[in-house]
Amino acid sequence: MEEYEAPQPSRINYLNAEYGLKSWLLTKDHKRIALLYLGSISFFFFIGGLYAMFIRLELLTPQGDLLSSATYNKVFTQHGIIMIFFFLIPSIPATLGNFLVPMMIGAKDLAFPRINLLSWYIYLLGGIITIYALLAGGVDTGWTFYAPYSTTFSNSYVIATGLGIFISGFSSILTGLNFIVTIHTMRAPGMTWFRLPLFIWAHYATSLIMILGTPVIAITILLLTFERLAHVGIFDPAVGGDPVLFQHLFWFYSHPAVYIMVLPGMGVVSELIANFSRKNIFGYSFVAFSSLAIAVFGFLVWGHHLFVASQSVYAGMIFSFLSFAVAIPSAIKVFNWTATLYKGSISYETPMLYALGFIGLFTIGGMTGLFLAALAVDVHLSDTYFVVAHFHYIMVGGTLLAYLGGLHYWWPKISGRMYPEGWGRFSALVVFVGFNLTFLPQFVAGYMGMPRRYHAYPPEFQVFNVLSSAGASILGVGLLIPMIYLIWSMRYGKSAEANPWHLPGLEWRTASPPPTENFETTPIVTWEAYEFAPSEEMEVVGRFSKSEGAVQQL
Amino acid sequence: MQSSWIPFVPDSASTVSGKVDALYFYLSGVTVFFTLLISGVLIFFVIKYRRRTPYEIPRPIAGSHKLEILWSVIPFMIAMSMFAWGAQLYFEQSRPPRNTNEIYVVGKQWMWKIQHTTGQREINELHVPVGRKIKLIMTAEDTIHDFFVPAFRIKADVVPGRYTTEWFEATKAGTYHLFCAEYCGMNHSGMIGSVIVMEPTDFDNWLSGNSSLSPALAGQQLFQSLGCVSCHGANGEGGRGPALAGLFGRQVFLNTGQTLKADEAYIRESILNPQAKLVSGFGPIMPTFQGQVSEEQLLQIIAFIKSLQIVNPQPATPGPSPAASITATSPAPATR
Repeated sequence: MEEYEAPQPSRINYLNAEYGLKSWLLTKDHKRIALLYLGSISFFFFIGGLYAMFIRLELLTPQGDLLSSATYNKVFTQHGIIMIFFFLIPSIPATLGNFLVPMMIGAKDLAFPRINLLSWYIYLLGGIITIYALLAGGVDTGWTFYAPYSTTFSNSYVIATGLGIFISGFSSILTGLNFIVTIHTMRAPGMTWFRLPLFIWAHYATSLIMILGTPVIAITILLLTFERLAHVGIFDPAVGGDPVLFQHLFWFYSHPAVYIMVLPGMGVVSELIANFSRKNIFGYSFVAFSSLAIAVFGFLVWGHHLFVASQSVYAGMIFSFLSFAVAIPSAIKVFNWTATLYKGSISYETPMLYALGFIGLFTIGGMTGLFLAALAVDVHLSDTYFVVAHFHYIMVGGTLLAYLGGLHYWWPKISGRMYPEGWGRFSALVVFVGFNLTFLPQFVAGYMGMPRRYHAYPPEFQVFNVLSSAGASILGVGLLIPMIYLIWSMRYGKSAEANPWHLPGLEWRTASPPPTENFETTPIVTWEAYEFAPSEEMEVVGRFSKSEGAVQQL
Repeated sequence: MQSSWIPFVPDSASTVSGKVDALYFYLSGVTVFFTLLISGVLIFFVIKYRRRTPYEIPRPIAGSHKLEILWSVIPFMIAMSMFAWGAQLYFEQSRPPRNTNEIYVVGKQWMWKIQHTTGQREINELHVPVGRKIKLIMTAEDTIHDFFVPAFRIKADVVPGRYTTEWFEATKAGTYHLFCAEYCGMNHSGMIGSVIVMEPTDFDNWLSGNSSLSPALAGQQLFQSLGCVSCHGANGEGGRGPALAGLFGRQVFLNTGQTLKADEAYIRESILNPQAKLVSGFGPIMPTFQGQVSEEQLLQIIAFIKSLQIVNPQPATPGPSPAASITATSPAPATR
């Protein structure tokens, strides 16, 4: 296709429809709210990254010499809390999901635009309270808040931090509720369930976990607060409580929360793999239903966090069995993504590189999960660096890579500008190399016996930690580069066409950036998901991008 | 810490460590195989099917039920083999055999306090002989800790308010790491120590340097000083309170009609919260000892009660029974 610079005069879009701070802070436009979220989660990601930097610096040497033990404990706790509750959980759903769920199903907005804005304010309030707790003195319980340390022994800001998480949980619930209602009721004419992009299926499954799981963590934090304030005897054995009960309640939410973090990433990767190979997803319904299977079975495996916590041996066996079973839907996805590439027409833009990286790293992350599901091996591995490496492969190698891939992929739609492709590919490569160098050695350190959450460690583990810290600095650079060029591109990037990738999805059949109401007329869907037109039809798709970018007759 | 010819595997010094390694190698092999398979196919497809002309549209492929079944069933079978192997070994790890030597472990911020049945006390060190089965009976004074010996491939949380156990049989003399593996506050990474495995003769020499009272004897002294004797009898023969001789491991009939087996946790609860499970035929007259006895003292009292044996087989009925028929075997090292 010849180079074609679409003249983009002063066309009204969601970004320039209104100006001024008030127009942003009181907006009901899901796209603007997505950008509010994008700004705030980027801020929290940056804070969480700073903590990670201190962790890796401290662990360069076996002695605890950079930070005091008390400070180090706060640093790793706060790294976890910020990254999990304020970056990973909202990351893809609240930004990409918020922006794209209505656009992909042909709706003008989410079902409850005001609730959508409310969810951002709730998230922000939770975040501010948590930041206050960190500045006031921090918290040192680990992100897991295990009792009775958190209820009785910790002299840090446990309740304030808990309150921040408690409040931000409601923003999750509201987002999940909004997505479910939107997907059920606001699909464009002809957009049947099985024509939905898999991104939507993944967000639907995620939303189910959000509304069913999040209340449990809210209750748990509330009980923890009562216990800490009044010693009512729920978790503290000194007053008749049961500390293991806390672990059951905590993981009943926090294991499914892992799927809140990774399912939307799987949705993004389904989009990227299909669209950059111009193929429909192999085994669409298997990929769609595996998301739901993960959402359902994900609620039944929490006990695998308690194999060495004095849980009954028989309970351990049941949880081990179910944990192996829940791995199968994830395996099905990986095989189907791979098969999608077969006889495709594959191009290597930055988002595709992230998607391919995701599949490789998620495979390693998932397979190492089997080590932890295997009872006897978990006895040796639990609470070691093997666990740390495993969940970073899922959350960074999985979720973060998918998030970055998705952000690049939809960046033309979001910002109306192209990111610099060369820099994009380069940074994707740097992230991939840096990530593996950071976390592969931790698998080995873990099996060698290095416990997690150790401020100082025996010198024989130093070589793994030096490799990790070196990798982390490469990873840090790889993450800074996109931060810089994406911001740069908002002003100086090449103007984006309506459909720069020449794709059939609904979000590409409107201007970039889209008008406030997304589509000028309600689209009528007559095609299947990922239905690439035959080559002469493709010209039509091509013509879209040459036009003024306004909505076409569909 | 590495003596094996296989790289990246810690010292292997217990009867289960080699078995855990075998399963670990199986898991690693499957992981490497699938990672290489998937990334290999991925790279092959990405190169072979690269876009050649900007307008090409490949023929859509809907999917294949045969393939879906194949790549669901095969991974499931492999997963089940891992499950079965892991579960079988876990059973072996978690169920102590008979004839173990018991050692008491108390974790507290931030040290390990250990006492052998012969009375020897240690802090942050555990001396054990090669070739004997050792069972650790563990509890914590404050928060949750975890007794982790990488060279033995064993780990178990040490939980306040309950007793947890782990057992091992060391196979190789040497000094191995002992780590606290459950985050327990400021000096968590300082809550480390060594497990020193000795040849049996060296171990016996080490033990003979012992001067403290055995836990059972110390427990006997506590039994007298705390006034337990006035109701339970000097040798646990019973009185206003139920008889304790021969109690350990026996069925107990409660006044609720339930029965239970008298184990460490039941005895501990009956000392700290006597009203919780009253023995059939006895009133709620015993005061609580909550806050008056430490976790270590509780373990000593339990060791004493365990040592009370009935010499003449008699029905263990409540009420006074001839003291002569009961003897405390505590002065000798417990040999269970």
